[in-house]
Amino acid sequence: MHQQQPFDSSLEKPQFPGASAEFVDHLEFIQPNVISGIAVYRVMDRQGNIINPSEDPQLSKETVLNFYQKMTLLNTMDRILYESQRQGRISFYMTNYGEEGTHIGSAAALESNDLVFGQYREAGVLMYRGFPLDLFMAQCYANADDLGKGRQMPVHYGCKERNFVTISSPLATQIPQATGAAYALKRENTNRAVICYFGEGAASEGDAHAGFNFSATLECPLIFFCRNNGYAISTPTNEQYRGDGIAARGPGYGMLSIRVDGNDVFAVYNATKEARRRAVAENQPFLIEAMTYRLVMTC
Amino acid sequence: MATSLRCFLRSGKQAVLVVARRGIHRSPPAALQVTVRDALNQAMDEELERDERVFLLGEEVAQYDGAYKVSRGLWKKYGDKRIIDTPISEMGFAGIAVGAAMAGLRPICEFMTFNFSMQAIDQVINSAAKTYYMSAGLQPVPIVFRGPNGASAGVAAQHSQCFAAWYAHCPGLKVVSPWNSEDARGLLKSAIRDDNPVVFLENELLYGVPFEMSEESQSKDFTVPIGKAKIERPGTHITLVSHSRYVGHCLDAAAVLAKEGIDCEVINLRTIRPLDVECIESSVMKTNHLVTVEGGWPQFGVGAEICARIMEGSAFNYLDSPVTRVTGVDIPMPYAKILEEHSLPQVKDIIFSVKKTLNV
Repeated sequence: MHQQQPFDSSLEKPQFPGASAEFVDHLEFIQPNVISGIAVYRVMDRQGNIINPSEDPQLSKETVLNFYQKMTLLNTMDRILYESQRQGRISFYMTNYGEEGTHIGSAAALESNDLVFGQYREAGVLMYRGFPLDLFMAQCYANADDLGKGRQMPVHYGCKERNFVTISSPLATQIPQATGAAYALKRENTNRAVICYFGEGAASEGDAHAGFNFSATLECPLIFFCRNNGYAISTPTNEQYRGDGIAARGPGYGMLSIRVDGNDVFAVYNATKEARRRAVAENQPFLIEAMTYRLVMTC
Repeated sequence: MATSLRCFLRSGKQAVLVVARRGIHRSPPAALQVTVRDALNQAMDEELERDERVFLLGEEVAQYDGAYKVSRGLWKKYGDKRIIDTPISEMGFAGIAVGAAMAGLRPICEFMTFNFSMQAIDQVINSAAKTYYMSAGLQPVPIVFRGPNGASAGVAAQHSQCFAAWYAHCPGLKVVSPWNSEDARGLLKSAIRDDNPVVFLENELLYGVPFEMSEESQSKDFTVPIGKAKIERPGTHITLVSHSRYVGHCLDAAAVLAKEGIDCEVINLRTIRPLDVECIESSVMKTNHLVTVEGGWPQFGVGAEICARIMEGSAFNYLDSPVTRVTGVDIPMPYAKILEEHSLPQVKDIIFSVKKTLNV
């Protein structure tokens, strides 16, 4: 499927196994395009009006109200748990302020048995799948009701029943793991997809490179979902990378890629839905870079 | 006097503010209370000033003043060329640091915790540690890898491992584990001046702890030699050997035991590799009993190595009972506070082991 088509060797075309291209006879370096990079897909304008009616996912009022309720619930839970941490009642917490749209929009576009690998800022995905508030709290407080029996730091949620792989602290280790899992699911022929969330900072880790590269060569039904919120602890994106964000890396690995407005829940929904459909139907990975903003001081 | 005043002012607005708030009459003391964090900060500051080949790189070390504020103020003072914020790739920046060291600079490579050094461990071992030998002495790698090591508080399995045994296992590395501020300052300066790769294991819980520092230890050229342990408390009945935070626990245990007439000698290893076996042996030949205390796991650990070395040397014949090791529990560190407390050596565990060893 991805091999060069054979052609007459007398033609003046390059015949290298490593790349398929034409010859060019003037010296010119390809410019990384960071000034006008990959465009940001959105469905709504800043006032919330649908711009292009053909892009309207036409979800039921119930569904959209559920989106809103979940986003607000997540925000409220965050406030309570963040304050708990400031009061010393739990040792650690990470809020999701500003990125609720990325969680809910993508979670809604998946099937409930699709496997989720998160980084640590995807609680909304688990919430959307019905993880009860009691269990969120139990995990953070490490009490006797915690499914993880007090072994894990707060926000390191996991739920086998809801196909949410337990959060692991070291950054980007979930990326090659997601690739491996997607490969396993492909072999099982179950029409399940894997989604792998990570931040733009974690994408600097070596594991990210390996995960992206292998997902393409192994032809995996996998969606890479990058939350680009502008910061990694205090490191801004212009110190994290010099290229056109994460979306521009996708084509380098042979992946179909898109950049979306992460705060636009319908854009996130549409992109994830289509990526999921094709990832499973065509056994290839997709890269979605959701642009957003971290509304909290650190991490 | 002048030196200590300069150090007093430099050691932070913190100290001045506290004093001002309390309205205490300020006369510069000869000895000074300095936190481990400030001691490390001063050491780096002085070495950056002394040798322009020295530079610091790591995640959040520059503009954020360091994830644990150990490099506070250094970026403001030395700028982008000497204090470098890296993208998130331990393997990447450790490799970059090793390359820089090979090319003639003297990097300080900070890991946010040594747990994350596992992402970079190939660079530390296969490139930094082994190169001097592999090149038959032609290519030194004068690098310091530093960062917090071992258990903190409520950070669970992936943030709490002690790497003393792992790194000390490898020829080509020096491995250092300071306890108090004097250790921190003197050993970091020695590590930076050392032409070998040095793994510098700090402890997050000790960063904010103030220790008294003598006037001598505040001088710009004060260094603590790598490879020499220190007897923190001389004693006659039993030897306690430890490193990092647990030296404090041993001293606390010794204070309690002293009331019961048991006189403990407490040794602060300071360096894990090369191990100061002579110091331990001389002590055991005097006290005839030995207990090792560490936060790391028991198997193949620092205590295990000490036991083996004592057995192999002359001190073995002076032992009146087998050596006891007090270590962390052999499990990945759990998060819940009560589980964590029971997973690490407590002062009562040291007291129990001393009494068991002495058969009292």
